[in-house]
Amino acid sequence: MSEHIAPKRLYFFVFGSLLVLTLLTWRIAYIDLGPWNTVVALAIAVLKAGLVATFFMHLRWSGSMMRIIVCAAIFWLAIMITLTLGDILTRNVVSPSQGWQAPAAVVQTTAPSIQQH
Amino acid sequence: MHNSNSVVAEQFDDRIQQHEASNLGMWIFLATEIMFFGGLFTGYTIYRNLYTSGFETASHLLNAKLGAFNTAVLICSSLTMALAVHAAQTGKRKKLIAYLLSTMSLGLVFIYIKFILEWHHDYLEGLAPGLHFTYAGPHARHVELFFCFYFVMTGVHALHMIVGEGVLAVLLVMAWRGRFSTEKYNPIEMMGLYWHFVDIVWIFLFPLLYLLGARF
Repeated sequence: MSEHIAPKRLYFFVFGSLLVLTLLTWRIAYIDLGPWNTVVALAIAVLKAGLVATFFMHLRWSGSMMRIIVCAAIFWLAIMITLTLGDILTRNVVSPSQGWQAPAAVVQTTAPSIQQH
Repeated sequence: MHNSNSVVAEQFDDRIQQHEASNLGMWIFLATEIMFFGGLFTGYTIYRNLYTSGFETASHLLNAKLGAFNTAVLICSSLTMALAVHAAQTGKRKKLIAYLLSTMSLGLVFIYIKFILEWHHDYLEGLAPGLHFTYAGPHARHVELFFCFYFVMTGVHALHMIVGEGVLAVLLVMAWRGRFSTEKYNPIEMMGLYWHFVDIVWIFLFPLLYLLGARF
């Protein structure tokens, strides 16, 4: 199973698909889609990487052990990117230079309730 | 009895176990490589998010056409590498040598385009941080940061290509001497995994570095 010999025409088909996807992603990059440019470019890149890994790297015919390794690698990468961005993207919510300050609206609405006590 | 010419190494029960073990080892190595490049990709994402317009301006200064051409060159080399593994599996020595040579040549074309047509040109244009950086347009500091990422990421990728060229050269000599057979071709297959991985890294580098600013 693991030493499966893939038919040559499958390789040529994958190769053709990769070239078409490269041409596609290159041409789309010149059209202004706003934030969707990045989404489309990354989606095509993931598709191309999937084709290479599945067929050229024989994952299609590899045992479950190899697939687990690949999934673990992607999962660890996802942990690194998600946690790092989770930190970076939320830093400006509270400005560290000024310290925490209650938004004006909150101060106004809570101030009378403090006086009532 | 085991000897140096045996198909199965002493520590393995049979060929299948040997094959699984080498595949597993290679994939674990590639998993560490994913984390290695992943750190660079994460850093790139953070700064691109912080300095979006600077990164788009900088990306626009790159030659997307050359980047696309080089992507096609690498995909061709991946095909020839896959066919080299196929030739090794079916025991076709001459084809194996031919495909290994084509993979090496396409790799050299990629490196030539990268070093001579791109990096040298970027250097002359004053886009090489630390060496010759004269860009003074809008977001100059952020453009400089983008080019730091550009040179480190494509540089580390090119280093992997050069290492691959070296290993391919060794495999070529081994194939020439008839060291591989339908029973014994693990090194060729592992080289294939490595080469395709380097291709995958470029598949992500190309849109992130070259296509980001193409539309402006």
